[in-house]
Amino acid sequence: MQTADPLPDDLEHLIACPHCDAVYHVVQPGPSERAVCVRCHTVLIAPRKRAGMQIISISAAVVILVVAATLFPFLSVRVAGVHHDSSVLDAALAFSGPFVLLSLAVAALIVFIPVMRALLILYVLVPVVFDRPPARHARHAFRFAEALKPWSMAEIFAIGCAVALIKVADLALVNFGPAFWMFAVLVVLLVVQDGFMCRYSVWQSLEE
Amino acid sequence: MGLVACSRCTRVWPAGTKVCDRCGHALRSRDTHSLQKVWAWWLVGLGAYVPANVLPMLETRTLVMREESTIIGGAMEMAHHGAYGIAAVIIIASVFIPIGKFGAVAALALGVRHGSSISQLRRQQLYEVVEYIGRWSMIDVFVVAIVSSLVQLGSLAAIKPGPASFFFALSVIFTMLSAQSFDSRLIWDADTEVRKGRDARGTKGRDARETADRGHAV
Repeated sequence: MQTADPLPDDLEHLIACPHCDAVYHVVQPGPSERAVCVRCHTVLIAPRKRAGMQIISISAAVVILVVAATLFPFLSVRVAGVHHDSSVLDAALAFSGPFVLLSLAVAALIVFIPVMRALLILYVLVPVVFDRPPARHARHAFRFAEALKPWSMAEIFAIGCAVALIKVADLALVNFGPAFWMFAVLVVLLVVQDGFMCRYSVWQSLEE
Repeated sequence: MGLVACSRCTRVWPAGTKVCDRCGHALRSRDTHSLQKVWAWWLVGLGAYVPANVLPMLETRTLVMREESTIIGGAMEMAHHGAYGIAAVIIIASVFIPIGKFGAVAALALGVRHGSSISQLRRQQLYEVVEYIGRWSMIDVFVVAIVSSLVQLGSLAAIKPGPASFFFALSVIFTMLSAQSFDSRLIWDADTEVRKGRDARGTKGRDARETADRGHAV
């Protein structure tokens, strides 16, 4: 147990594991290295070259894809001459009557929250990557984006599509609309975006 | 050590700091109400999970018949049609994962209070798995949404979501909140006494060096 408190200046060079609260002196990892918590193996720092630019382009793509995927027809069924189109919004709004709340929740989980996260990340990262001072309230924006992370469920919706397709397949003929493929690409982008982001580096850049 | 750490952005502050100056997150050395919140969400989650399994999930209406199926009933039907893969996905996502989650969160919370025979690293990993996998239970709600928006073929066939979908979604959301309320730093607190005075530098510490003690502001 150290008796003397470290000076506040020193605290900048410390990092606390968010999961187990172990405190480390920051040693900036080199390219393709990662700093990992010794105790609980949480990845603390994982910088990537040019990650900022990549995340910006991916986030912009995510916004465009979600908006487009919501508007274009998504899936259509045909059986005995009867035809029915469905968009992502139709799916979200399938719960009617007393379950309108569930419709709103589903729409939020698969459309609004993924878009909002991408927009927040753009808002935070664009000034930083282009060497401008951080945008106003960028810290709060990034913290909010991080808090939204578990509630962004577009990729789960995409797997749900696959299950739904097989369920319906023996009842009717199913066709994919353009939105279906957009959603497929979107899922890949969301996973990549998450893997590229080094939270520590973003916080560092916002602090300067 | 007289420090308090921000669990959102990993910045370290002197003990007693109320709000993280870097990200604006409220600072607390430990969330003292963590376990209460965990159990509260856990209970309502379990409460919603019961009607989710008893009430019908889908109402299918065709020219000749009208039937309602529960989650498990629907999966059984898929299996009878030969779609074993899909039946397995539905059973895993809506039965095994939720029940496993209830068990895992309860075990983690009890482990903090009463100690546990499972190692801390294993419990931390269990917590991360629970946090990661919990969202995937939502898949069944999305399947219901897609199927019922798609199969609207007038008098030929129509599928309507049943009340169970609502309770199931609630159950997933409540268990996610339960898992999020759990302060995983509590897992490691029992460890402090043992490790005190011992050089905490681990063998895998090639890139991060641990200071002599932990940032636990007591």
